[in-house]
Amino acid sequence: MKQEEPRQEPAGSRRSDLPAQDGAFSQSLQGHGLELVRGETHTLQVNVGLLCNQACRHCHLEAGPTRREVMSRATMNDVIAYARRVRFEVIDITGGAPEMVPDIEYLIGELAPLTPRLMLRSNLTALGQEGRERLLELCVRQRVVIVSSFPATNPGQTDSQRGQGVWEQSIAMLRRLNEEGYGIEGSGLELDLVANPAGAFLPTSQQEAERKFKRDLERKFGIVFNHIYTFANMPLGRFRAWLEKSGNYRPYMEKLAQSFNPCTVSGLMCRTLVSVSWDGYLYDCDFNQAEGLPLGGEKIHVAMMPGLPEPGTPIAVGDHCYACTAGSGFT
Amino acid sequence: MENYYDPADLPKFAEIGKEAPELAKKFFDYYGQVFAEGELTEREKALIALAVAHTVQCPYCIDAYTRACLEKGSNLGEMTEALHVVTAIRGGASLVHGMQMRRIAEKISM
Repeated sequence: MKQEEPRQEPAGSRRSDLPAQDGAFSQSLQGHGLELVRGETHTLQVNVGLLCNQACRHCHLEAGPTRREVMSRATMNDVIAYARRVRFEVIDITGGAPEMVPDIEYLIGELAPLTPRLMLRSNLTALGQEGRERLLELCVRQRVVIVSSFPATNPGQTDSQRGQGVWEQSIAMLRRLNEEGYGIEGSGLELDLVANPAGAFLPTSQQEAERKFKRDLERKFGIVFNHIYTFANMPLGRFRAWLEKSGNYRPYMEKLAQSFNPCTVSGLMCRTLVSVSWDGYLYDCDFNQAEGLPLGGEKIHVAMMPGLPEPGTPIAVGDHCYACTAGSGFT
Repeated sequence: MENYYDPADLPKFAEIGKEAPELAKKFFDYYGQVFAEGELTEREKALIALAVAHTVQCPYCIDAYTRACLEKGSNLGEMTEALHVVTAIRGGASLVHGMQMRRIAEKISM
């Protein structure tokens, strides 16, 4: 696997005729007398790479089967050492498909004892691939929270966003996770879903989505889960390229900007999270990682980070931040 | 403008109140109340609106409520089924009037 510097400007992030020009988000904050600064950081997000068995049309990182960037054992050791220094309340492993990273079992095994809540973002199809039984057993043993992408309760919209056949494989894997105890009340094994809209529109409220997904999945497939999180698609990477190609970029950005909700700013995840890229550099969030906007304005490697980022330090922003502040926000 | 319908009219809908603001206010207040969460959820109300929009053949309403349905968490399967419900009622309504046709025809036929 390749060990290289991250690309500074992914193909989908080229600038075009922006309705909300760069800096518009900063102006929106200023207009409401707000600043986006760090609170108390309690979550470590670890992006272990851009390799994925899917090439979802909304992926802000442009992850996919042809990407070779994955976290090395050496970088994993730097991340583990940082988690040992700081003791995060939550550690969130994401990708790409983390399941496909060669040393992922090592990382999970080392991080699990260092935090009360270890989360693994799974696209379900990668976890269901042959040969991943040992990884699933490890997740069960270590009580790893599984967070799975699952955009819609019907096959058409799911396959359209995530690839042909993904729906069927996802349903099969959700059933398998239920069999293991995931999502079952009292099992101690948490299964959460993430639903991004299957297109250029905003998500419904989490409360409404949870009610509906729970009802539909149980009624139609006998599947249960704990919580669902609904997030607006980020106008970056592959989703941005699709927005531009389909003529949806301008109306989508206008919609996001019009839906700016100042009340969301205090609860944004970037205020309490530090995100590590596959090659070990620190960012305020996964989206700033995609945009190449490092934490504190300069590239700092996790091995050089003594502790938590200082509360009150500014967070790098761009117009993509509108996606986290639209409507009920990115919680 | 070369078409009777222009998508740019939709976001300007409020301008309809320019000549009769009090009446427009009453309408828009009522409209807002109708679509607020009540015994039915906002999602269910949007589905009804989408279906009715097709029966009244309002392209503005179809545009607005297709978006509203998706944003309120309905999927395309549900939206399509809602259209079949109104299509069944609409078709059934024509068909059931056939009883009048039969009654009249029977009355004047030997």
